Amino acid sequence: MIATLLEVSGVTVTFDGFRAINNLSIQFPPTGLRAIIGPNGAGKTTFMDIVTGKTKPDEGHVIWGEENVSLLGLSESDIATRGIGRKFQKPTVFEAQTVRQNLAMALKNPRSPFAVLTHRRTAKNAAKIEAIADEIGLTDSLTRIAGELSHGQKQWLEIGMLLAQDPRLLLVDEPAAGMTVEEREKTTDILRRAAETRSVVVVEHDMEFVRRLDCKVTVLHEGAVLAEGSLDHVTSNQTVIDVYLGRGHA
Amino acid sequence: MHNTFIARNPSVLWFLAALGLFTFGVTILSEATGLGLISTSFVKTLGKTLCLCLIAIAMDVVWGYCGILSLGHFAFFGIGGYAIGMWLMYARTEAIVLQNFSAQTIPATPQEISDAIGNQIFGVVGSSDFPAIWSFADSLVLQLAMVVLIPGLLALVFGWLAFRSRVTGVYLSILTQAMTLALSLYLFQNDSGLRGNNGLSGLQNIPGFEQTPQATISIVFFLASAFALGAGYLFFAWVISGKMGSVVQGIRDNEARVRFLGYHVESYKLFIFTITAVVSGIAGALYYPQAGIINPGEIAPIASIYLAVWVAIGGRGRLYGAVIGAAFVSLLSSWFTGGGAPDINLGFYTIQWTDWWLVLLGLSFVVVTLYFPKGIGGLFDYLVRKPS
Ligand SMILES: Nc1ncnc2c1ncn2[C@@H]1O[C@H](COP(=O)(O)OP(=O)(O)OP(=O)(O)O)[C@@H](O)[C@H]1O
Ligand SMILES: [Mg+2]
Repeated sequence: MIATLLEVSGVTVTFDGFRAINNLSIQFPPTGLRAIIGPNGAGKTTFMDIVTGKTKPDEGHVIWGEENVSLLGLSESDIATRGIGRKFQKPTVFEAQTVRQNLAMALKNPRSPFAVLTHRRTAKNAAKIEAIADEIGLTDSLTRIAGELSHGQKQWLEIGMLLAQDPRLLLVDEPAAGMTVEEREKTTDILRRAAETRSVVVVEHDMEFVRRLDCKVTVLHEGAVLAEGSLDHVTSNQTVIDVYLGRGHA
Repeated sequence: MHNTFIARNPSVLWFLAALGLFTFGVTILSEATGLGLISTSFVKTLGKTLCLCLIAIAMDVVWGYCGILSLGHFAFFGIGGYAIGMWLMYARTEAIVLQNFSAQTIPATPQEISDAIGNQIFGVVGSSDFPAIWSFADSLVLQLAMVVLIPGLLALVFGWLAFRSRVTGVYLSILTQAMTLALSLYLFQNDSGLRGNNGLSGLQNIPGFEQTPQATISIVFFLASAFALGAGYLFFAWVISGKMGSVVQGIRDNEARVRFLGYHVESYKLFIFTITAVVSGIAGALYYPQAGIINPGEIAPIASIYLAVWVAIGGRGRLYGAVIGAAFVSLLSSWFTGGGAPDINLGFYTIQWTDWWLVLLGLSFVVVTLYFPKGIGGLFDYLVRKPS
């Protein structure tokens, strides 16, 4: 097994002269959880935009997988089919369609228009959808319109869509936002289980949530890595306290 | 498989049944069967309306389902009409010319025949040479192929350029308007090779069927239009059901999200844009032999805007809504503008519907968009509301 699934090195992004990402280097192994924390505007979402092909960096490399493919210059859909899935900060599911349709669309299957046009429902796919629905606790809601779901359920549905894609790397932006304590616990469980077989990167503000993830933490600040290590390690770092943790208590 | 498709989409069956019943009724009551309760000209109006319904469902698929507000689909409709019109006009003129020459004692040379046909067709624009685009006009098969190929290729190239550059929303709509405007302006030129603003005429006369009464011809075209509408409805219902429909509606609602799921959005848009263009071309090829004449004015940008209005009033995002909108508004339109609606005398002012119909249509469009976004088709939701 390879040591590094995704390697981001020396990446810089500027928006109208403002450096949102500043010479960022960060690596992820093939399995396991990683939390990314950092104050608002630290560049966490922009980092995901770069990896998933939404934003083109000015400089740097993004290298993927065994074959060391450069992801820069690939289209969003191409990157996604290579095994990178993404959950957005604001839950984005297809509200006009049922939970089952949302999951079926995400399910790992051929993506070409012809394959999709001639796609037939199979028992195997149905079973996969059932299993994912069970994992995200939406078994009873499969036939419901996604727009009718509660906020937390939409977050789960989006996580379920990620699982259905069966990616090797999951980028999850603020999954616990707007969730109740109970829902948060359940979300942590789902993410931890997912990380057993793949790399899961979670961006989160909520410290309690991060603590429960119990994993290596990377602190981003002004578009670069400020500290890395266990949660206790980074939270005892004086610079981190100054730029991030201190704020809430100041 | 087909059974389950119908079972999952009962409205398709209802629609086909209604269309079948309507077609049967009109046929029975037409002059062709001797009953004559429906005049031949009205049969043609109904046949043309079915063609408009066909392009309306294509519009609904591209706009209502895929979210691409194309304001250029009537260009494809017109191209279909021109493609079949060229053969109709050529073959008929050829028959007349041969007839004339047959009276002569010395047989005419092929060059003389060709010149005579050219003179007949292009005399109005002061020419007698056949432009290159008429090379295949003598072949029905090739012109029929063009009904499908030219709109398809044009849509493919145009769509590829536009979607690849990620032109969306109102910019894309403007681009499609520019396309149809450019085509219409080009056709208006006398040296376009398609008789400029005269267009192609006499299309109601079908070569080889000179002795057949128009009553019969009209009912044949009516039936063909009904068949095309039924087949088109079934085809599009199949396309938008199932997973393709999911992806396409996903693109409408959140294009970026569909990309991150790994779907190449541009290919899907191109697919939908092209198949709807092809169906529009077929609809046009059936429409113009019933109309009898096609000219560049038919392709004017406003026609494609009306198409969007029909679909919006009928209710986009449901195929039968588009059919209802197109049938209802276009029939009402010919009633109002054809002097069918009585003028309203207000004493100080007389509302003449030939002038005021457009105002009424515009107002209805605004009202529907603001207060009834689901259109007329939305009324069916009340009828078939599931007991909860
Ligand atoms: N498309 C853009 N154009 C201009 N500036 C942008 C753009 N996207 C992000 N930025 C800026 O880049 C910086 C980093 O933004 P980003 O969204 O990555 O922060 P974040 O760490 O995700 O913050 P939050 O915790 O609030 O989600 C911010 O200052 C933001 O205003
Ligand atoms: Mg963010």
